[in-house]
Amino acid sequence: MRERFRSGVLFRPICLLAGGLLLSACTGPLSALQPEGPAARGTGTLWWIMLFAGTAIFLAVAAVLMLAFVRPAWLRRFGETRLILWGGLVVPLVILSGLVTAALALGERVLVVGQGEALRIEAMARQWTWRFRYPGGYETDDLLHLPVGRDVDIVLTSADVIHSFWVPRLGGKLDAIPGHVNVIRLRADRPGTYGGVCAEYCGIGHAPMRFSVEAHEEDAFAQAVGLAAASDTAVGGEGAR
Amino acid sequence: MSRETPQDRQGAAAAPPVNPIRLHRELAALWDTPAGWQQLGAVNHTILGKRFILAAFFFFGVGGLLAMLIRVQLATSGTAFVGPEIYGQLFTMHGTVMMFLFAIPMFEGFAIYLLPKLLGARDLAFPRLTAYGFWCYIFGASILLCAMIAGVAPDSGWFMYTPLSSSTYTPGINADVWLLGITFVEISALSAAVEITVSVLKVRAPGMSLARMPIMAWYLLITALMMLFGFPPLILGSILLELERAADLPFFDPTRGGDSLLWQHLFWLFGHPEVYIIFLPAAGAISMMIPTFARHELVGYRAVIVAVIAMAFLSFGLWVHHMFTVGIPHLALAFFSAASGLVAIPTAVQIFAWIATLAAGRPRFDVPMLYLGGFFFIFVVGGLTGVMLAMVPFNWQAHDTHFVVAHLHYVLVGGFVFPMMAATYYWLPHFTGRLAEHRVSKPAFWLIFLGFNLTFFHMHLTGLRGMPRRIDTYPVEARLDWLNLLSSVGSFVMTIGFALFVVDLVVHMRFGRRFRRNPWAARTLEWAMPTPTTSYAFASLPHIEERGDRLAPDAEGARLAAGRGYLGFTRNGWMETLGVDMVGGRPDQLIVLPRQTFLPLWSGLLTAAMVLCLLAKIYWLALFAFLAVVVSLLAWTGATGARQDMGALPIGNGASARPHWETEAPPSWWAMVMTCAAEATLFSSLLFGGLFLWLVAPQWPPARPALPDPLLAGACAVLLVLAAFAGRGGLAALLQQRSPALRLGVCAGAHGGAALLFALMAASVPVPTAHAHNATALVLLSLCGLRAGFGALLAAYGLWRWHAGFLSAARSLDLRIGRVWHDYAAATGLIGISAAFVFAWLATTGGTGS
Repeated sequence: MRERFRSGVLFRPICLLAGGLLLSACTGPLSALQPEGPAARGTGTLWWIMLFAGTAIFLAVAAVLMLAFVRPAWLRRFGETRLILWGGLVVPLVILSGLVTAALALGERVLVVGQGEALRIEAMARQWTWRFRYPGGYETDDLLHLPVGRDVDIVLTSADVIHSFWVPRLGGKLDAIPGHVNVIRLRADRPGTYGGVCAEYCGIGHAPMRFSVEAHEEDAFAQAVGLAAASDTAVGGEGAR
Repeated sequence: MSRETPQDRQGAAAAPPVNPIRLHRELAALWDTPAGWQQLGAVNHTILGKRFILAAFFFFGVGGLLAMLIRVQLATSGTAFVGPEIYGQLFTMHGTVMMFLFAIPMFEGFAIYLLPKLLGARDLAFPRLTAYGFWCYIFGASILLCAMIAGVAPDSGWFMYTPLSSSTYTPGINADVWLLGITFVEISALSAAVEITVSVLKVRAPGMSLARMPIMAWYLLITALMMLFGFPPLILGSILLELERAADLPFFDPTRGGDSLLWQHLFWLFGHPEVYIIFLPAAGAISMMIPTFARHELVGYRAVIVAVIAMAFLSFGLWVHHMFTVGIPHLALAFFSAASGLVAIPTAVQIFAWIATLAAGRPRFDVPMLYLGGFFFIFVVGGLTGVMLAMVPFNWQAHDTHFVVAHLHYVLVGGFVFPMMAATYYWLPHFTGRLAEHRVSKPAFWLIFLGFNLTFFHMHLTGLRGMPRRIDTYPVEARLDWLNLLSSVGSFVMTIGFALFVVDLVVHMRFGRRFRRNPWAARTLEWAMPTPTTSYAFASLPHIEERGDRLAPDAEGARLAAGRGYLGFTRNGWMETLGVDMVGGRPDQLIVLPRQTFLPLWSGLLTAAMVLCLLAKIYWLALFAFLAVVVSLLAWTGATGARQDMGALPIGNGASARPHWETEAPPSWWAMVMTCAAEATLFSSLLFGGLFLWLVAPQWPPARPALPDPLLAGACAVLLVLAAFAGRGGLAALLQQRSPALRLGVCAGAHGGAALLFALMAASVPVPTAHAHNATALVLLSLCGLRAGFGALLAAYGLWRWHAGFLSAARSLDLRIGRVWHDYAAATGLIGISAAFVFAWLATTGGTGS
């Protein structure tokens, strides 16, 4: 056994497995931590910053609590009122101001709906499918074609109850609400297939109400949604269904 | 209070009996609830507090069981344990049970049990209301439980979003069970809110000014006020949704001018304060325990009070952070995001005050401290993820995923369950008169603590890896299996811990050593009494000269047991306690409390009958049940008051006070003020709803706006004003020792007329099912009519009390309570009439919705 371990027969797979586990901890077809577009990437960055800052704050609070038991004299010398003032007011206020400002800026950047040139795709949710309608009238069910490297505005609405549109690797989620129209801007950086789910409970078919997103290069996209040579393919064809 | 009153008036008080045993016997004969069937008529706060706690703990078990079923289903990707229909009921009931049937009643139980003992009183202000609240809780909870056993439990998620919960998509009885059952249970929450607020403000020991109140009383006061303003929006929402389901009034239907977002606003307007309503009492318990174990008074007492008040205000300004993904403009979101972040500050102030207290004292370690350690760890993590979720872009990713599930469990289990378990160990000797063994307490803690973190810590990652909440299956490709399996294992470890906790409690009650008094060397008043506690709590009431956390319970306890405080005697077979001036704590009235009675049980049963009729859709019978409830509630008053003036009575220590019905502002008057405040919140929520729909909802304007007949409306307004003036006139006449009968009659008549006119106007609303605007007008006018009808009832009741001889210039309480309502009904009625015209005008000028 030890022989085999030393010779690398077991050692290498174990290393690979451990490393793989660590890497794969954050990855997956629905992982918001493996972003493939600017919106998801910005949020991902915000998350990592908040995670490290949060860990630091947690450790700091825990350390102060420990001090109260093992070195209470230090805290007493610092002063009770000052401890409450600094720990409870000043430090949190500084951190929160920074965080809120950063998040606001990021939100403004992510939420640029209505500005510039963007492709509009309509998404109609109903129990329990997603229907996407492209310019030109072509429709697909539970499959969203996107062009790579281009802003796309997904125009969301619902035919029955509230659903929520979420493609974690491309960006945040937005609700599809009957009687309302919501617009979310997404952009895929690379061709590929990404998972999408309904995130708002919408009845017994909620869990399987998934869809997939296929990001294509411009030509392939045009072909997929019947925009290429629109003149000779039927508008509103049902090729994908 | 006046000291010059003759001491010989009611005999007993002049020379206090020094024999503690005899005093105990006399008091016990009055205050004890007889055994057997009579126990159902208990109104005593100690008994009811324990019942609330036990029932809440039972429902914690039920909720826990549901959680385990959820974890079984989620253990692997392809589990076929339950189908999606049952799974929907499981997670809906888990949330509902834990929130409404465990957390709130558990805190109410602690508050009911502890509050009088902390404040130096013998009971709460309204013992029968406590009992009625308990029955409403038990019967409402039973309805939900029975529905679950019958397999028709609510299944649209514990926040019941429309249109999923509307009759189109949930045609069965499931949603009605939630709406009616939970509203029923909320009666107990509202009655507890009124009870706690008034008790803290009025029913304290002499000398206990607001500034001298123990910190827990502050926490409970603020929590109760939050409940008073937090619950009405949800109650209104539930009524509107039930009306939509039962009578097809389209408040939330987007095809007829309604909007599902209105439900979300109303729900979270309640739902967010609710989180702090749950956390604050637990934080209050922490603020009581840490000083005891640190052997140092709470550092930053005033800072903590300010922080709690700030938290209460902030908590009403951040409900929208539950709605960041519904498509609200980003700048508006930024405001709520900043407010949500800000709430971390009062929390941090409290946490650092506790740390400073520990540093200032000489902490000793015991089991409650172990659980408080668990609280620190878990709650701080929950607070940090809360700040993360308050950041809008991150929220767009994490919202409605298992990240949120993890966060809310960190906050609620960390912020409520762990402190309450610490509190259980801390006050258990008070409940049982026994000291804990603690042999199983520590392993139980570690199993719960490690199990909890094993369940929920990496659940944050599960969420960010793309697992939405409320799904019963997930695809293998999502690679979420091992994360979920780990959570499921953790949840079972945690359950074993809770089972050990129960074993520990049983062992404690059976084998714990008895002790004499104050085992923790605490410095608050609840330990200055025999344990297990007597039904009357204090044999005589203390005079508080110090802040409530700087007392010496051991010496004080002996003194009070010997009857050397106030009211160390019995008279007239009265159950007495003292009321004080709100701010200063000077005794200003002798409160005579009601004896045990079955009336609250009857009222509870009738209320249950009404709810069941509504559930069964037998509306005419429900109407009769409603009238029966009103009659049964009026029957409560038969036993109160007196037929002759008593003047000031001796209350011991050479002082005297008038009985409460002869004073300016007794608890019942304040209860009416608080009730009006709660109703005003409900009414404002309705006005907000009307405006919101006009502003936001699709399908506006309505085809036929509901414009009330100006003539009817004008007459109605005149009658309302007349009723208010006649009510005031009746009181003025009584105070001048003349008969109020005529004016009360006019008041009742005017109210009745106004109610009738409101009914006419409501009946003439064109096709209320056609558009949300018309439905809103109908509800608005009906609500005003109900208020006027209740005003007529109150005036008639005053008339009856006058004829029965209960009223005099000195005994004018019934009319003064009435006056509050007459004024309130008139003012809100006028607002209602104007609102009806404004809404109609807005509807004709057209909505801005698409």
